[in-house]
Amino acid sequence: MSLMKSLLGAAASLALTAGAALAEPALIFDLGGKFDKSFNEAAFGGATRWAEETGNTFREVELQSEAQREQALRRFAEAGLNPIVMAGFSFGSSLETVAPDFPDTKFVIIDMVVDQPNVRSVVFNEHEGSYLVGMMAAKASESGTVGFIGGMDIPLIRKFACGYVQGVKAVNPDATVIQNMTGTTPAAWNDPVKGGELTKAQISQGADVVYAAAGGTGVGVLQTAADEGILSIGVDSNQNYLHPGKVLTSMMKRVDNAVYEAFSAGVDVETGFNVMGLANDGVSVAVDEFNESLISDEMTAAVEEATAKIVAGDITVHDYMSDDSCPVM
Amino acid sequence: MDRMPKWADVLLIPLINLLIAFALSALVILAIGKDPVVALRTMVQGSFGSTNGLGYTLYYTTNFIFTGLAVAIAFHARLFNIGGEGQAALGGLGVALVCLSIQWPHWLVALPAAMIGGALFGAAWAFIPAYLQAKRGSHIVITTIMFNFIAAALMGYLLVEVIKAPGSMASETSPFPPGASLPTFHEMLAPLGIEFNRNTPANVSFLVALACLLFFWVLVWRTRLGYEIRAFGQSESAAIYAGINPVKITVVAMLISGAFAGLMAINNVMGEAERLILNSVEGAGFIGIAVALMGRSHPVGILLAALLFGFLYQGGAELSLWENIPRELVVVIQALVILLTGALDGMVRGPVEKLFAKRKPA
Repeated sequence: MSLMKSLLGAAASLALTAGAALAEPALIFDLGGKFDKSFNEAAFGGATRWAEETGNTFREVELQSEAQREQALRRFAEAGLNPIVMAGFSFGSSLETVAPDFPDTKFVIIDMVVDQPNVRSVVFNEHEGSYLVGMMAAKASESGTVGFIGGMDIPLIRKFACGYVQGVKAVNPDATVIQNMTGTTPAAWNDPVKGGELTKAQISQGADVVYAAAGGTGVGVLQTAADEGILSIGVDSNQNYLHPGKVLTSMMKRVDNAVYEAFSAGVDVETGFNVMGLANDGVSVAVDEFNESLISDEMTAAVEEATAKIVAGDITVHDYMSDDSCPVM
Repeated sequence: MDRMPKWADVLLIPLINLLIAFALSALVILAIGKDPVVALRTMVQGSFGSTNGLGYTLYYTTNFIFTGLAVAIAFHARLFNIGGEGQAALGGLGVALVCLSIQWPHWLVALPAAMIGGALFGAAWAFIPAYLQAKRGSHIVITTIMFNFIAAALMGYLLVEVIKAPGSMASETSPFPPGASLPTFHEMLAPLGIEFNRNTPANVSFLVALACLLFFWVLVWRTRLGYEIRAFGQSESAAIYAGINPVKITVVAMLISGAFAGLMAINNVMGEAERLILNSVEGAGFIGIAVALMGRSHPVGILLAALLFGFLYQGGAELSLWENIPRELVVVIQALVILLTGALDGMVRGPVEKLFAKRKPA
């Protein structure tokens, strides 16, 4: 009897999901997981905001292995979910093969460019945002030495680092920038203890502002910086609130906006190449009640001027990934 | 062991272990407010119900057969090789270097070459811990697990600095040439008139894995070297007394072990990704330990255990795709199976042995 009930329940829930799937959007998280306090969580935040505002539902999945990328894309597309948003550059090659098989499904990929008629590619100018926080770090620093702590050593994180160093040098050409990467495996995204140790090491070398572009590892960086009485800079989400008065600012990468916009547009989402930079609030510097006491008027003026110049094209911040090298490092 | 018939040892005990593991998993699923019956149905249907699911199940199974064999051959020499992860990663490097070296005319040529490349690199990575164990007495458990980290760092360095595809954002090599593309089950079975889903990663490596199982059996139970390995594993002092060179056996067993782990790369690197990506092994090296333990280091057991873990992987993926069961919970289910079949084996074995002893007083 109870077995029968379960089976009926299963059939009913299947029927329900099939009906609801007609115009449901889907979000696929990268291997880092949904709650990484950073990139994936920002994507989830955007999707949740959309769900709360519209009252609709969306499907989501956290991957466990590389082989599941293509699998998840295909299964969601076959089930009629549309649009399908994926958070992370690693989906690039999978999407390249899957997208042509589902011409009626719209795909949105974040942090990567996939040139297919039914794909919207969203990339962020992290180097521009990092440039701005680099300027602020150089202005806030009294020792003339600032630090950068990256997560996993990949080109994307070097792009952050390169933009940051350029910003620091633009303000103070003699400044020293100490750089460390947490590791070379994905575990480096979630190692707050090591992040804290690296911060201490940088402090002993004279750094008095550190910028963490390291996902979950950054939590340890911000904590140690606050404990040791120096300033830190958060990344991806606004992390100013974590240590009020101790976090100089956060370089916000509005992944949530990208997901929100894609979900809002629904099946009519515009395909093609979409750059989220300073000009369209894709990246920005976080200023709120937790850090306004740290930000001088001069700093604000300098950041605003640089922002205007970058948007106008008067300042070009070198993008590490355009040629895999950084002129200032 | 003597008190029980063989069938009870090989079949009954793992089955009871599995049943307990599934019962506990059902409780866990109930605890988060989902229906365990639906969950199980989703898992079984998702992994065996269609050629799509089956293709993924067999793909994972292939990985686990290779790493299971790697751990098992070392077990026979009483060496605990937990470095399968690093050896398989280096095997991936070997396979990638072979595949990218020239424009391969046909996969039949590329596959043996890639196998040699993968096996050589995997074996080379196992050689250093083996040598340290044999000559210096450095414990193989410590050295092999440390070599996993060195391998991860090395692969990270190479994929970021040296062999990364130019202009690519992800840390991966360029795609392999088309001549190095292995036939999938779809391509292999289509001439026979069997329709197999074209988008699954299962490929000809599965057959290579089956051949390796046979090779393993012949090697361990039908050759002089296999006898020496087993004798050394049973009693080192007796083996030395019998004239078996402990240094040679330690090194050779670990080389074969590393080679098996390295061979895994023909499946995940050459067969599935068709390029080398960072972290391509994804824990298969560690699953291999559970597979070898559960399979009692015997080829048939390894095949069945690998299939079980393939099912858990693919079924777990289906769970998170359709049932909104978080992936952490899928890991809990996998962990319960490992815990009960590996670590808590004695919990079931004791009572069952007693039961048999009672029924058949010796």
